[in-house]
Order: sequence, then structure tokens, then C-alpha cells
Amino acid sequence: MAFAITSNAIPLPIAAVPVVEVDAFRRDVLTAIVAGGRLLLLIGLPGDGRATRLLAAIADDARGAIAVCSTDVTDAYPALTPDCPSAHYFEREIAEQYGIEPEGHPWLKPVRFPLGGPTIGEADFYSVAGSEIHEVAVGPVHAGVIEPGHFRFNCHGERVIHLEISLGYQHRGVERALRGGPDRRSLYLAETVAGDTTAGHATAYCQLFEGLAERECSARANALRVIALELERIANHIGDLGALAGDVGFLPAASYCGRLRGDVLNLTAELNGSRLGRGWIRPGGIARDIGSDELRELKRRLSDAGRNMRNAVDLLWKSSSVRARFENTGVLRHEAAADLGIVGPAARASGIDRDTRRDLPAALYRARHPTITVGDNGDVFARALQRWREIEHSLGFLADVLDDPGSGTTASAIPSLAPDAVILSLVEGWRGEIVHLAVTDAAGHFAHYKILDPSFRNWFALAFAMRGQPIMDFPLCNKSFNLSYCGHDL
Amino acid sequence: MAAFASVISPVCALVLGPLLLALINRTKAFVAGRRGPPLLQPYFDIAKYLRRGAVYGDATSWVFRLGPVVNLTVLFAALLIVPWGAIRSPLSFSGDLIVVAGLLAVGRFAIVLAALDTGSSFEGMGASREVHFAALAEPALLLALAVLARVTGALSLTPIYQGITASAWVAALPTLALAAMTLLVLALVENSRIPVDDPTTHLELTMIHEVMVLDHSGPDLGYIHYAAALKLWILGGLLVGLVMPLRSGALWLDGSAMLLGMAILAVVIGMIESAMARYRLVHVPQFIVGAATLSVVGFILILV
Repeated sequence: MAFAITSNAIPLPIAAVPVVEVDAFRRDVLTAIVAGGRLLLLIGLPGDGRATRLLAAIADDARGAIAVCSTDVTDAYPALTPDCPSAHYFEREIAEQYGIEPEGHPWLKPVRFPLGGPTIGEADFYSVAGSEIHEVAVGPVHAGVIEPGHFRFNCHGERVIHLEISLGYQHRGVERALRGGPDRRSLYLAETVAGDTTAGHATAYCQLFEGLAERECSARANALRVIALELERIANHIGDLGALAGDVGFLPAASYCGRLRGDVLNLTAELNGSRLGRGWIRPGGIARDIGSDELRELKRRLSDAGRNMRNAVDLLWKSSSVRARFENTGVLRHEAAADLGIVGPAARASGIDRDTRRDLPAALYRARHPTITVGDNGDVFARALQRWREIEHSLGFLADVLDDPGSGTTASAIPSLAPDAVILSLVEGWRGEIVHLAVTDAAGHFAHYKILDPSFRNWFALAFAMRGQPIMDFPLCNKSFNLSYCGHDL
Repeated sequence: MAAFASVISPVCALVLGPLLLALINRTKAFVAGRRGPPLLQPYFDIAKYLRRGAVYGDATSWVFRLGPVVNLTVLFAALLIVPWGAIRSPLSFSGDLIVVAGLLAVGRFAIVLAALDTGSSFEGMGASREVHFAALAEPALLLALAVLARVTGALSLTPIYQGITASAWVAALPTLALAAMTLLVLALVENSRIPVDDPTTHLELTMIHEVMVLDHSGPDLGYIHYAAALKLWILGGLLVGLVMPLRSGALWLDGSAMLLGMAILAVVIGMIESAMARYRLVHVPQFIVGAATLSVVGFILILV
């Protein structure tokens, strides 16, 4: 099989990526997936002349390797989706961005909006017919202070037969704006891919940058990045547990968790000046070192916060009325989660043992990573419990990191980037695996930049989890995934 | 004096009704460690809505405008019939308990029609849920009142509530306690409180009552909020009047006891809302039917 093998944040010369015929490409990719690989991404790149280059990356989680191959297509090619369901969303995106038809794709419709086609929100919505069927349309303007997205429920009474999700309202051309970089804006664009995953996307961008320059950060800088990432994970998870409680009207946990999220954000702000960690992580290191007094204080405060979180979350697990709402709601079975190729805590709650920190680690995670556990049921309860376990593991892991934060300079200059290279940078953000891919041109500038927020791969899982559910449980299911709209729309 | 005594009950309801909502909110805020809105907030809100103009959608007709007015009017009418514990109502006639249940149903019917008139799928969904649960809650209310009628041997609310004395409680303790539990559940169900509905949620898909009134604005919304406060007062009054059997005959003493009882009820509802999550919609009917069953058991107990 014709693959170029690389790993997280290791650049490949673009010439080393094999370009094969479409049939061979299709056969190779499917063979690799049958052999236990996982479709990491499948994207289109501008090719030679009229052709579009399809590039597939397949992760071998057991070996920590990423296999890359490509092919040139024009107009149409036989779709991968019928044999590899996790390609379905990627192929829809390729079709809308490059006008190439994946032949045999079971359900080809735009991910955001097609080139020259109708605008956002105007799509050929799937609808169920029948005299007792009704459609409920929600959004893009919502009652709460959340991002815009359109949801269309085909319902029979209170039961949802199918949910259509239509996104794209937050499209702002991030990937296009990153082309031609890196420049002074690039880091800030990466940080704002999804505001709640600032540290995640900033780390992915910096790892990519440093990988292309073939520089490594000091152990100290890597440890501080891990602190930023894990604090972000804890803050978001505890906030979401509170929001889950709020959605079922369970006020005590909702109030306490909301406050505790604020505590963790404030800790982040004390370390770097921004509650979301903006501007902390930089190519070459980190903007601000932490003194040993501060580290000790951080450890103490985290241990306090951990105790408070345990008390607050115990209210959730101990309340039978809450468990009655969480259990068996929005079940995403293991097979469905595996087929859809979803990532992050949502995947682990469905029993998929997958975590970038362990499987495809970079930087500090190569040396050590938190305990990784998986759930089994795939319902709202499993996802909530998974979030809580990850908080606990992150707290324990942070305590270790704070005991031994390494040494070295926290900021180093980065020379120019490798020309004509392709690189994949993966980070386990709080929502799941973040992938940044860059292709550089002869001058070492980004010729192409592709960002995969975990939301991109998980949105469809939400639609899947809603099948047969009471429509009233949608907000609860939605919150248990808590996906990003802007991270999807880019 | 008798004329004065008979207007106390409706006047207290009209003036103090919104205060109950404020007390519930303050209790919830206290449990959550917040300070909570001022006690007069519901009054401020209603005053604000009354000052505003109303917006009517193109799809709506006179049915939509009529809903809030009819709803508020029937609650005014019900206030004339419902006694407040020992304090008699201005109107009392044989069978008036059925008229009260009917008036509440008419108010609900008007709001449901107004919701359906918008043609919005949200409001249709809310109307469907409301009617579904009302079909179960109305028999429960009538059963509870039938138990009280049976215990006191009267067929009009004022004599019924005057008959619920301490000695009546001694004579029919299990029966009255079961009826009181039914009335407590009804106070939660009919006033869209947790665990049945969540009055504070912003999630339209989960709402029952709130989603039906999404399209109302200005004075119409003010009427709806005020009517909700009155409804809570009426159902709360039926419950408190039952569990607080002080019938001293002294107006100030009976009135103060009722006031205190209403305040305690508000705190209890606030505590319930703070202590548990909402039920799934499919479990709500079990909750209401269970409450009705309690009254049935009470009725059987008094028969044997």
C-alpha cells in the first residue's frame, strides 16, 4: 500500500506523500480502515490544473502513527462513505468546497453552504411525511445566549423521528485567512477557532508551527501548556455538568458548578491575565512563566476546587430525579459512535477507547498522560459521568505536573518553516481531538490550512442520538455533547 | 362588617398574589447561595408589561388577543367564589366548587386557543402538553374537592372550608391528609412548577406553559403573568386552608394564619424546586394520576 507514514506534529515533505489513482486510493484507504485504522481526515486541496487533490490521513492509534496518501480527482469519484461511514461528513464538505461529486454518497447535502448555491440555512431538508407528523424548527436565533444554528425536528407527537442540523451561520473564513501565513494574525485566528477551546487550538497551531520549524519547546514550556489545556478541560467540563443540571431544572448543582467554573477560569486569569487563556501559548513556548510560589498556590487552589467540585457533582449523582432524566436518554451505541468516527469524551462515553493524549501524543504527553477511562452506555448519564471522571483524572495529573514542572527557557525564537511540507498537529482538547493540517509552499508559507474541531466530527452524532427521543430531551442531549458552532463553521 | 369580611379574600389575592412568586424565587435563590430578585420584582414586571405596546403576528386573529383577557377574567370570577381558609368568599352557592374547576378550565381553554392561533409549532406543542396534563389534573382537583365535600357534608366551598376545623382533622385525619397531598401536587402541576414544568427555563422545547405564551407581549403578557400569580394564589389557598384548620372566627387571627400559611407554602414550593429535577414528560401523567389516586383512597377511607 502506498502511504507516507508520519506522526503527530512531524512534518513530511509534500513530495513524499504518494499520489495514486483513485481506485488504488480508495482500496488502500479502505484496507487500512479494515485493518483497524481510523479515518483522521479526508480533505480536498487545490491540485494541478482542474484536478482537486484528495488527501486522506489514517490514524493507527495502537502504533501512534499516521498514514497519509492522496489522489487527484476531477468532477467525480467513487465515494468512500458506503464502505467507510466516517467519511460521510468529509465527502460532503469536499463536494461543497470543490464541486466534486462523491458518486454513491448516500446523502449528499451541504455541510455549511455550497459554492454558488443557496445561502446558509437553505438546504434540502430531509422530511418525514404523514398526517400525524409535525415539524418543529428551532433557531438560528435561540432563546438562550448561544451560537446560531438551525435545528429541524421531524416529530411524531413528542417523539423525534429525525433531527436535521443546519449550520454555517458562524462561517468567517478562518482557514482562508490563515493561508499565506504565518503572520502576526495567525495565532489569534487559531485561538478564536472556538472561544471555549482557546488553549486547545492555540496549542495545536503552535505544535504545527514548531513541527514545521523542527524545533521543540523546553520541558517547562510544555508543562505550562499542559496546565493551560487541562485547566481549560476542567473549567468546561464542570461548567457543562452545571448546565446539564440546569437543563433538567436541578438548581443546586447548576449554581455550584457554574461558580466553580468561574473559579477555574479565574485561576487561569491569574496565571496569564486572560480567563480563557488568550495569548498565553505562543509559537516557541509560552508568554508567561509561573514562579514556584505561584505553582504551589495553584496546586493548593486546585485541590480546594477539586473538593468543592466533588461535593457539587455528588448532588447530581445522588439525586434520583436527576438520574431518572440522564439515564437512557440520548443513547449513542458503541457501533454507531465507531461508524461515525466521533471523538472526545462523547466517544469515550460510548466505550470507544480513544484519546490523543495517549494514542498520538505530542510534547509533554509523550512522557506522561492522565489516566484514560471509558464508559459504556453512551447515554447522557455516561457522557456526564465521563466528564466528571476526566475532571478527576485531570486534577490528579495536574498535581503531578505541578510537582515536577520541568525546566528550561519558556520562549524561544522560531526560524523559518520547512518549505513544501505537510504536517498534522493533534491535540486532545476538552471536546475531543483537534486536528490542524498545513501545507507549506516553496517559501515556507501556509499554502493551505485545515482545521478540524472535534465538533465537526461530532455534530452528526447528536442527530443520531436524538432518534426516537422525546423532543423535550433535546436540550439535554445537546448539552451533553456541547458542540461548538463556530468550531464547525470556521 | 360582613361585606368587609367577604371582600378580604379577593382583595388579598389581587394585592398579594404576585408576592407568592417572589417568595418562591427568593427561596430558590437562597438555597442556591444567591441573593435573588427583590420581593416586588413580579409587580415591577407586570407594571412594565402594562406600560408597553403589544406586538401581534400577521398570522394571529382575535382569538389570540382574547386569550389573556378571558384567562384573567375567569380568574377574577373564581376569586369571588373561592374562600380563603376560614375567610368566606363574596359568593357562595351549592355546587360552586364545580364552577371553580370549570372557570379554571375555561381560562386554560382560552390560552390554549390563543397558542394554537399563532400557528407556531412550538406553541402547538405546548398546547398539546398543557391539555394532556389538564385532562388528568382536572379530575384530580374535583376528586380532592369531593373528598372535602364528603368530610364536611357541604356542597359549597365557603361552608366546606369553614367545616375544616381541628375536630374535622381529628375525625378524618388520613382522608384529609391524602386530599392535601393531592392539592399540593395540583398546586405544582397547575402553576407549572418543578417537577412538572420549569418556570425559569429558556429552552422552548422543554416548556409546557411558558411556550404557549411566547408570542404574547406587552399588556397581554402582563395579564398572563398576573393571572398566573392569581392561579397560584387560588390553588395555594385551597391547600393552605385545608392544612391550617384554625377557625377562630376572629378575622385578624384567621387572616394572619392564612398569610403565614401562604408564605410557608411559597417556601415549600421553593424548596421542592431546589431539591429535585424535572420529570420526563412521560412520567408527568403518572405523577398526576398518582396524586388523584391519593384522593380516591381518601374517599374510600371516608366511605367505609
